[in-house]
Amino acid sequence: MAQHQVNYASAAGLPIALTSVDKLVNWGRSNSLWPLTYGLACCAIEMMASGASRYDFDRMGTIFRASPRQADVMILAGTLSKKHSEFARRLYDQMTEPKWVISMGSCANTGGMFNTYATVQGVDRIVPVDIYLPGCAPRPETLQYALMMLQKKIRRESANMNNNTKQNLRLV
Amino acid sequence: MRKYTPKDNVQKKSYYTDRYWVAPRVPRTEVEAESHFADVVKAVGRKAKESYVSVGQLVIHIKAADNFEVIQTLKEVCGYTQCSEQSAVDYLAKDGEFELFWQLLNVTEAKRVRVVTRLKENEAIESIEPIFKSANFAEREMFDMFGIKVNNHPFLKRIIMPDDWEGHPLLKTYPLQGDEFASWYEVDKIFGKEYRDVIGPENRDPARIDRYDTKRFSRVGYEVPFDGDISEGEKENPIEYSETILVDYNKESGKQLDERR
Amino acid sequence: MQQPNKLTPFFENLNFERDDNTMVINFGPQHPSAHGQLRLVLELDGEQVVKAYPDIGYLHRGIEKMAENMTYNEFLPTTDRLDYIASTSNNYAYALAVEKLLGIEAPRRAQVIRTMLLEVNRIISHLFFIATHALDVGAMSVFLYAFREREFGMDLMEDYCGARLTHSAVRIGGVPLDLPNGWIEKLISWCDKVDYEVKNTYEALLTENRIWKMRLEDVGVISAEDALNWGCSGPMLRGSGVNWDIRKEEPYELYSELDFDIPISDRCDSYGRYRLYMEEMYQSTRILRQLVPMYKESEPQLMAHAPQYISAPKEEIMTQNYALMQHFVLVTQGMRPPKGEVYVPTESPKGELGFYIKSEGEPYAYRLKCRAPSFFHTGLLQELLVGTYIADVVTIIGTTNIVFGEVDR
Repeated sequence: MAQHQVNYASAAGLPIALTSVDKLVNWGRSNSLWPLTYGLACCAIEMMASGASRYDFDRMGTIFRASPRQADVMILAGTLSKKHSEFARRLYDQMTEPKWVISMGSCANTGGMFNTYATVQGVDRIVPVDIYLPGCAPRPETLQYALMMLQKKIRRESANMNNNTKQNLRLV
Repeated sequence: MRKYTPKDNVQKKSYYTDRYWVAPRVPRTEVEAESHFADVVKAVGRKAKESYVSVGQLVIHIKAADNFEVIQTLKEVCGYTQCSEQSAVDYLAKDGEFELFWQLLNVTEAKRVRVVTRLKENEAIESIEPIFKSANFAEREMFDMFGIKVNNHPFLKRIIMPDDWEGHPLLKTYPLQGDEFASWYEVDKIFGKEYRDVIGPENRDPARIDRYDTKRFSRVGYEVPFDGDISEGEKENPIEYSETILVDYNKESGKQLDERR
Repeated sequence: MQQPNKLTPFFENLNFERDDNTMVINFGPQHPSAHGQLRLVLELDGEQVVKAYPDIGYLHRGIEKMAENMTYNEFLPTTDRLDYIASTSNNYAYALAVEKLLGIEAPRRAQVIRTMLLEVNRIISHLFFIATHALDVGAMSVFLYAFREREFGMDLMEDYCGARLTHSAVRIGGVPLDLPNGWIEKLISWCDKVDYEVKNTYEALLTENRIWKMRLEDVGVISAEDALNWGCSGPMLRGSGVNWDIRKEEPYELYSELDFDIPISDRCDSYGRYRLYMEEMYQSTRILRQLVPMYKESEPQLMAHAPQYISAPKEEIMTQNYALMQHFVLVTQGMRPPKGEVYVPTESPKGELGFYIKSEGEPYAYRLKCRAPSFFHTGLLQELLVGTYIADVVTIIGTTNIVFGEVDR
């Protein structure tokens, strides 16, 4: 099941010993991702619609939490303006590890159709992003697919305690 | 020699101007006698420099210093109890003036009046907030976007741009994509000036094509023979596609692809 | 693994320690019930709000400046993003403003289709209002029920124009597409569903509910005079007893030929506005049913015939040479409207949405100002919130039905 590149001899055989713990921890983390309600603009409406009755988001184990201290995933849905970028970064810093970021919609990915003075051209200038979702606004099924892809990404992470960095390089 | 770009209006202009084109005008009609609008014009009296009816609404031109009295007259005497809209138009390049307008609404008669005035560049306008409280936010927005100061406003501060923003965005001299201050604003605010190199400048080109995009898009304008050298000293940064998240349809595998890993 | 940055853990521009026992709370730009990005700085004396200062601008995208750099047709999809809950109403307001500037009128079938889309959007927007308002006040199941109806409405819009949320369903001069087969039957069955659900689900759950009434009655009271003074429009005005609906007073499209009533409430508080929104949904379905026979008897012309400003229909472009040439010029350079200015108000589900366009005869507008109802309603919050309790702050923000795409543009 585990297909990531693991150097079995490092740290006195720790990766082998931790494999089942790995699986368990990653299973727990990926199946109960709690998003932070970070709807900014139109994509927020699609995020709400994906959490509503037709495209139920709860069946993935997600519960939308309002406080960043209790959330795992930050789904940045909508245009991030420069005035707001400070708060986005502040909230990202307040989230506790482990945390992931999904950038939803073209405005969050690259600034979208708003190539103007007041829009941050891509949320990855401010926070490190794991999954990018294209669309304007992306359908709820797309958001669900992105979440499932994030789940797959989480499942291949290792719970190696010594090496505290994740496989994906963060901003610095 | 580089092309002359006028600095007083940096908005996009049409690349083709028809030399003999004369634009028609939106039709204006005279104010009819004995109508509601005629009473309004009479109430305003001497202060109205010019008045006409256009697209069903009365337009009155006044002097900038009279705006408070005229709007008060319109509210108390003629019954225009709502100020729907107020803003400015930047004519600094052409005349050195701003053109301000107030759009008023009379609910009982279902009629609208537009009060228009011209303001020189460094002059201030009197606030109509005592008459219409909607001017509270609308005048702040006018100040924020154009830099037009408003006298006697209870709280004249930037409303839409951040408080420490420099520049007034809707002026014609302000570029759409923002000046130097704007492009580094969020990096400076959050990480500090040192991180400008780490994060890099914004990518404002929606059609940016990578040099090595031969397989993804065509090398527009730079076609070379198939095995020609295109590196020009830059090494290729290969795209890394994930092997575990994404499905590779070219790999022959009899296994079920939707396995949880 | 925190990356060091320059953000300090308190706000520098607020003084949180006060001498007179009042507390300052920052109802930040990210809040689950702030309906978008509203930052309210509330000064509290115990539980009561003494002073409220709404801080907006967190969704400013420079839409008005974009309009000065794009041709009129290019700008139409950008207007979608203003009131993103009912996108066609903003597209329509912009298209109507440009049409008044040009002096053209859309043909009959286009008018019927546009009115249908506008009313569908009105119902969609009111469903969203009741969903989020109830969610904020605490009735969470209404959110799920209302979104179910909303999904069927968005299915209708998707069948017509291909997009669920940001429609761009209307063009300057008419509509681009005719209604697909079977759309009208789906529309009528949706109207029946909405009528049934509003009567038996939302009203049955909320109207006589003791908790709902206690939360909403006498909360957010504004007198008619104050409402007019603050620039309110739409349901905020009608909820205070002022009989003003632009569809009746300054009719546009087919509203002068349709038979519908305007609900008005004398209660001036949130409960009255809630009843008004429910009643408006009934009126919208009534309008939609009247439009169906009008569609069947109209001639199939979808765009206005004004070759100077509007391209020919696709069949002509593909077969006639001059149509192709004119279409090319109109798309690459843009149309050149007459010189002058125009202000056109329309009744969007939130209030009076108007566009002021000033043109200098160039293909790019010289100035475009969007009069957004939510901007003035947010200004009104300064006065509405004083003297209420913290729990009422959420109710009041919900009842003013603010959308931040419009407020910040």
